[in-house]
Amino acid sequence: MDFSITQQFLQQLINGISLGSIYALIALGYTMVYGIIKLINFAHGDIYMVGAYVAFFATTTLKLSFFPALIVSMVVAAIVGMTIERLAYRPLRKAPRIAILITAIGVSLLLEYGGMLLVTPQPRTFPALFESQVYTFGNIVVNSQQVIILAISVVLMVILTFVVQRTKIGKAMRAVSFDTDAARLMGIDVDRVISMTFAIGSALAAAAGMLVGVYYNSIDPLMGIMPGLKAFVAAVLGGIGVIPGAMLGGIIMGVIEAMVSGFISSTFRDAAAFAILIIILLFKPSGLLGKNVREKV
Amino acid sequence: MLKIENIDVYYGAIHALKGISAEVNEGEIVTLIGANGAGKSTILRTISGLLKPKAGQINFEGKSIAGVVAQDIVKLGISQVPEGRRVFANMSVLENLELGAYIRNDKKGIQEDMENVFVKFPRLAERRSQLAGTLSGGEQQMLAMGRALMSRPRLLLLDEPSMGLAPLLVKEIFSIIKEINASGTTVLLVEQNAHMALSIAHRAYVLETGRITLSGDAKELAASEEIRKAYLGG
Ligand SMILES: Nc1ncnc2c1ncn2[C@@H]1O[C@H](COP(=O)(O)OP(=O)(O)OP(=O)(O)O)[C@@H](O)[C@H]1O
Ligand SMILES: [Mg+2]
Repeated sequence: MDFSITQQFLQQLINGISLGSIYALIALGYTMVYGIIKLINFAHGDIYMVGAYVAFFATTTLKLSFFPALIVSMVVAAIVGMTIERLAYRPLRKAPRIAILITAIGVSLLLEYGGMLLVTPQPRTFPALFESQVYTFGNIVVNSQQVIILAISVVLMVILTFVVQRTKIGKAMRAVSFDTDAARLMGIDVDRVISMTFAIGSALAAAAGMLVGVYYNSIDPLMGIMPGLKAFVAAVLGGIGVIPGAMLGGIIMGVIEAMVSGFISSTFRDAAAFAILIIILLFKPSGLLGKNVREKV
Repeated sequence: MLKIENIDVYYGAIHALKGISAEVNEGEIVTLIGANGAGKSTILRTISGLLKPKAGQINFEGKSIAGVVAQDIVKLGISQVPEGRRVFANMSVLENLELGAYIRNDKKGIQEDMENVFVKFPRLAERRSQLAGTLSGGEQQMLAMGRALMSRPRLLLLDEPSMGLAPLLVKEIFSIIKEINASGTTVLLVEQNAHMALSIAHRAYVLETGRITLSGDAKELAASEEIRKAYLGG
């Protein structure tokens, strides 16, 4: 009995981590954009949907294989993200925060229902790009999709961390997010940095969208709403604006969800996940890795 | 080198600078003194392109720069050490200096200049991997100055470098400002510490609520009755 509970736990841990890495990829975009312009980009979940559809058409219509399709999807989403920022958010940069927030909700609805018009509301079956293999260890089952999700997420997060920590654009991003005017005084083109941030965040969300397509085999124009919401909460849970926080928050979110579905009931999955998050935030309002850095004057 | 003519600057409805004219010649240290809220930082922010004058002209080395955006002003050779230092607290000393050289691409030159900054500010050298936010106020001031020098400015704008520093440290900072000037960088220095500022400057402007009320040779101003009463404590 004890043995099987342990096994069940490990199984759900594996499911949770692969689901959680999807949330983490989406959460990164929320947190990076928030870190730089203090905007909760409500349209971000829909970029994930756009990414899934681009990947769908890349693999079906264009008959691309997995990696080329992943690249195409990330690039297209990056362009869509930059375009949205340029057209919808940049003109409102100096407007009251609420105006830009409402605009983000508008953009989100536009992508969802514009998407329906464009690709029909019917869910589409995402093609199987791999021979699905199942690996069993004792009673624990891991399938190849889970391995791929995890591997791609880890690689993307490592690349992101490298870019943010080591490259010139990454340093510029951190500078802008810390103090925009001081960054300007360094000669940093803030508009360009914001644009790049949207591009990177959107590309990561698109990767998540494609991975979900591969995992669940089904995509639809409203698929971004719930994962988008959960990823947003994951970003807050980890500490919004903090990149490792988004990764951690996403994984925790996925694991909690998997545990609740595994041990209690999948009906309560979302409710329980959100309840636990509320509890964590009650004790740590700035998020798990969020900190209140004070500048010395 | 820098010529400001009749600029008007507003914050919304607040008229912060009212027809300011001033000039900085190549090789000089010019200081701008005045009480809190007089508009000193506003002048520097306008020169740096963070604010746009509603009227008037700013010329730098013969080119009009009023309305040029901040990131391009740095490329023209004007660098600012802002009030309150504004170092990137979440980044290391080294990264702050790298950001100071953001507009440059000559790796070797950047490396050399960084070493020069460490020679000028040995305290920073010992702390190169330390987070800027954990430096003392004086060290942060040094870092902010080093960071501004990394773009190889021909004109350096300094906004209250003495703010919140102990007298000994103020002396040190001011002697470094003199050194920077001696090695060929023109300096526009905003200060509350009029005594110190007038002692190293060639010329000075006195600013009161958005207007320049006095200007002239720094030594003469330091000796004048008006200045001594208003800014030097008798
Ligand atoms: N962001 C702003 N919004 C509105 N008004 C501002 C803003 N910044 C400055 N002001 C106003 O403009 C005037 C000049 O301010 P400024 O910061 O240039 O003064 P200062 O001479 O640098 O003062 P201090 O010595 O205290 O730094 C002040 O009346 C100030 O209240
Ligand atoms: Mg000031």
